[in-house]
Amino acid sequence: MKFKTFAAFVGPSVFMMLLFIAAPLVSVFVQSFQVTQPILEQVEVETCTPGFLTQTCTTETKTIPVLDENGKTLTETRWVGLQSYQNVLQMDKFWEAVGNGSWNDIMQIDFWKALRFTLSFTLLTLPLVIGVGLAIALAVNNATRAIRGPIIFVSLLPFIITPVIGSLSIYWLFVGDGILTAMMERWTGTNISMFAQAWTIELLMYFYRVWHVAPFAFVIFYAGLQTVNMDTLESAVIDGASRWERLRHVIIPHLMPLIIFIALIHLMDCYRVFEEIVGFRSQAHVISLQWLTYDFMTPDDAGNRAISRASASAMLTMIGIVFLLILPLRRTWRDHKGSSH
Amino acid sequence: MFLKRIALAGAVSLMGSAAFAACSYENEVPIKSLSAGFEAWKAVTDAMAECGNFQAELDQEFRTKQPAAFEANPSLYQIGGVSNGTITPLLNAGTIRPLDDLVEKYGQNLSPNQLIRVNGQIMAIAMMVNTQHLMYRSDILADLGIETPTSWDEVYAAAAQIKEAGVVDYPLGATMKSGWNLAQEFVNMYPGFGGVFFNENNTTAVNSEAGMKALATMQKALEYTDPEVLVSDSTYVQQQFQQGKIAMANLWASRAGAMNDEAESQVVGKVAMAAAPVAMEGGAPATTLWWDGIVIAKNISDEEADAAFRLAMEGLDSEMVQGANDAAIWLVPGYEPNEIAVGAIATATANPAPPAYPSTTQMGLLHTALGNELPAFLTGERDAAATLVAIEEAYTTSAKEAGVLQ
Repeated sequence: MKFKTFAAFVGPSVFMMLLFIAAPLVSVFVQSFQVTQPILEQVEVETCTPGFLTQTCTTETKTIPVLDENGKTLTETRWVGLQSYQNVLQMDKFWEAVGNGSWNDIMQIDFWKALRFTLSFTLLTLPLVIGVGLAIALAVNNATRAIRGPIIFVSLLPFIITPVIGSLSIYWLFVGDGILTAMMERWTGTNISMFAQAWTIELLMYFYRVWHVAPFAFVIFYAGLQTVNMDTLESAVIDGASRWERLRHVIIPHLMPLIIFIALIHLMDCYRVFEEIVGFRSQAHVISLQWLTYDFMTPDDAGNRAISRASASAMLTMIGIVFLLILPLRRTWRDHKGSSH
Repeated sequence: MFLKRIALAGAVSLMGSAAFAACSYENEVPIKSLSAGFEAWKAVTDAMAECGNFQAELDQEFRTKQPAAFEANPSLYQIGGVSNGTITPLLNAGTIRPLDDLVEKYGQNLSPNQLIRVNGQIMAIAMMVNTQHLMYRSDILADLGIETPTSWDEVYAAAAQIKEAGVVDYPLGATMKSGWNLAQEFVNMYPGFGGVFFNENNTTAVNSEAGMKALATMQKALEYTDPEVLVSDSTYVQQQFQQGKIAMANLWASRAGAMNDEAESQVVGKVAMAAAPVAMEGGAPATTLWWDGIVIAKNISDEEADAAFRLAMEGLDSEMVQGANDAAIWLVPGYEPNEIAVGAIATATANPAPPAYPSTTQMGLLHTALGNELPAFLTGERDAAATLVAIEEAYTTSAKEAGVLQ
């Protein structure tokens, strides 16, 4: 391809990436080393609040921001080095807990608690998504042509549901006297509370994520299955290879690049797990790294938000994703280099 | 619920075009408001819409939108609905205007109790008070021969008796959803034990004996509540009441009207209100007092402010209150307190009286710290002392970042 044609195709995409991904990333990176504070002053303020019949007025010293002549809050930005990272990671507490050998103490630090869940969520759902996706793809591929269309349609449905809505539905089905909990209670005759302890919540989250993402893997694998070399398969049959051996030695090696591709996408998506936390209201028991960033960003009633810690936490999440992706990316790179010769 | 909303939306859009019947004048200036979305706000904004040219945005997430929307120039909304908790960022940023001259012009019907003064200037007009107080199934307590509980010890004794009798799924309901709601439970309980939130130098004082007692009292509730209490917010507790699943709860006064809503409630006329229970002998009821009201944006023209305030006064008149008497504990003249207001009035007029919610920058930070650190205590992962230390540390970190502490 001529360079000019190439540039015309790629240009808009590169521009968008720079504008909407690279620039914000740089800004977040810078902000994670800065703290911006309003300039505060202490003043005596008399505030009157209504009771039912009369008012009570109290005079107290309040800390309030100073405004400039245009009515804008005066702020001051300082470089604080790695302070925000330290505030998120709390390494001193972490090492102390490690020194005591207390897993429970480590899990009391928000970041490490969130990291634990995010990692187990990502790594446990990965094989399940690939396994379930492959199973559906094989089943559909072996189904009679007449019913293939409807089956594909039905198995794709979970994937097109908006994640937040999907997780809310699961929450409503299982919370308190939700339909499914009520049904399980009738079968077992015991009182079931799915949202009262961490492990049941986590189980529901794994279940939901696999249910939601497996169709994606299925579509990719199904497409891949259409390109399997029939000659190889037939010769395998002649050689007396069993169904399992054909799968193990012909189909899976053929699908390997796709498996890597799905693993890459899934690792990236899962490490940013967020909808399940909000939808299931699981903050008391289970939190994720992305939720932690969101929580720092959310203003409280007085309008404070922890931008610096949110930036640091976002950068740490990105670093985490990069680490996770190194292995599958190296493999793709090797394959790529191998095939180009 | 869904149908009701559609009907309501339809009604509002109709009002915009046709019926000005109930309004004493016709509004010429386009006015918009942003407020919370509970019943009382619906009543007020519906009354304002009768004058025409008015658009109301009822949004439970208003607290995150309001500061930025009012800081815009011109402001995106002329009228804001606030509570004593959410007025702080607007006051701090100076985005709402003093109302003294407007009150003089249009506020003849306001009672002095409604004028929220900060440093002598009227900054907001209160329309209702709200507080968490004891709501209980009077039929169940009467059947079991239990007196109305007045302290948390009595609440738990009553809960034990109700549990024994097995008449409801759970004797107690509680708004303990982790985050804001759970933190608010502590903010109610802690001053009830005589605790103060902050020291002179802005450091927090929650790591104290009162803090230990408040935590212990909160933890006792778990014996009698739904095991999933850490996901239950006010709406969930309200529904548990309406469906006859719980017998008692310390719940918002603004939720009391829903108990007698025949379309939703199976316990019409069976839920009674009483003062919030005290935490200790001779103490104030373990709750905080709140008010809701309106503010007018600063970054708008004087004409708009004039029109907006006049419209707001039309929304806050006695005619509106008479149409929605049970929606809130109104401060507006014309309100007739009935049996569902008894609890809130008893709470507000108790001696010693409960404190108003202490809305400051520091309190916002502490509220977040409480909401994040308390769940680990209630799930049993951490003991009370360690939890108080964790709250203190979390507050210190965020207070330093916000510049409140050096």
